[in-house]
Amino acid sequence: METTTQQSTTQTVNTDFEVRSLDTICINESQRQHPWWYNFKYLAVGLLFGIVFVKAEIISWFRIQEMFRLQSFHMYGVIGTAVVVGMISVWLIKKFNIKTIHGEPIVFHPKQFNKGQIYGGLLFGLGWALTGACPGPLFAQIGTGAGVVLVVLLSAIAGTWTYGYFRERLPH
Amino acid sequence: MLKVLQQPWPWYVAGVLIGLIVPALLLLGNKHFGISANLRHACAACFPAGIRFFRYDWKKETWNFFFVGGILLGALLTNLWIPNTDPVQIHPALANELAGYGITDHSSLVPQELFSWHSLFTLRGFIMLIGGGFLVGFGTRYAGGCTSGHSIMGLSDLQWPSLVATVMFMVGGFIMANLILPVILHL
Repeated sequence: METTTQQSTTQTVNTDFEVRSLDTICINESQRQHPWWYNFKYLAVGLLFGIVFVKAEIISWFRIQEMFRLQSFHMYGVIGTAVVVGMISVWLIKKFNIKTIHGEPIVFHPKQFNKGQIYGGLLFGLGWALTGACPGPLFAQIGTGAGVVLVVLLSAIAGTWTYGYFRERLPH
Repeated sequence: MLKVLQQPWPWYVAGVLIGLIVPALLLLGNKHFGISANLRHACAACFPAGIRFFRYDWKKETWNFFFVGGILLGALLTNLWIPNTDPVQIHPALANELAGYGITDHSSLVPQELFSWHSLFTLRGFIMLIGGGFLVGFGTRYAGGCTSGHSIMGLSDLQWPSLVATVMFMVGGFIMANLILPVILHL
């Protein structure tokens, strides 16, 4: 019993950093204290993202169904191009040591492999094909007036909560 | 110009713009592109319930709420000002298949027959909306990211665990769309 407790404590200490880095949580803590309204710059980026989501029909349930039935190249083209552009950008940032607009160095954190990426990935894939949306498009679908998607979003939050509750008992 | 904006945008335009979000967030404030973490922040902010996974300073992640707020607002404004006027053009084979389940309305981005309050109270709608949403929330957190955090940000940074996750997303999607969804849509 005692070993179990100790084990789980060590594990928690280890995975906490891991989880923070894995979970796209901002571990690059800014040393500068910005007023809260600086966050509007992220709202602006999100705004553009939302426009693209709708205009390129990425949030369409139909497009996702086509993708998983190999009936359309559209989504593969979108994600593929995005990855290539992202790769080039990250490479340039690393190569030229580009800093943020506030002059801070940009930091990358390697992701640790764990079995969650397999099991969790599979479960998310199932949900993706059902709802036709990953988390980003959920917000965009609500924005286009599909009010019932609010329920999907709440259910997703409940899913995340349930994962947090059972986390230590799940294989990782 | 307005005409061009009104038509659905091709994949290469959308792909480039989405790819540019990665450097935009990094340059604006050292932020890693990722959306599903918001679901965790929502749990941490509203009902942490003493669970260790939700005990962290979520206020430091406020930027992410602003980011998704922008997504919602962007979609709303697009619908108001430059809406997609034509029905979604879908592959004839898919249109046929869906018609077999009584899904024939292609006028909006999500099929009205499935994504409505009325549908929510049918078995089919309940499984798709509540069940699907739950899987999205549970699965993304278990995997440590979603399409943005793993497939776009992770792959951009050449992280092989993200490639594993992306492959599994696709495997899950193929299984659901081709093997399980037809049964659910028949309900």
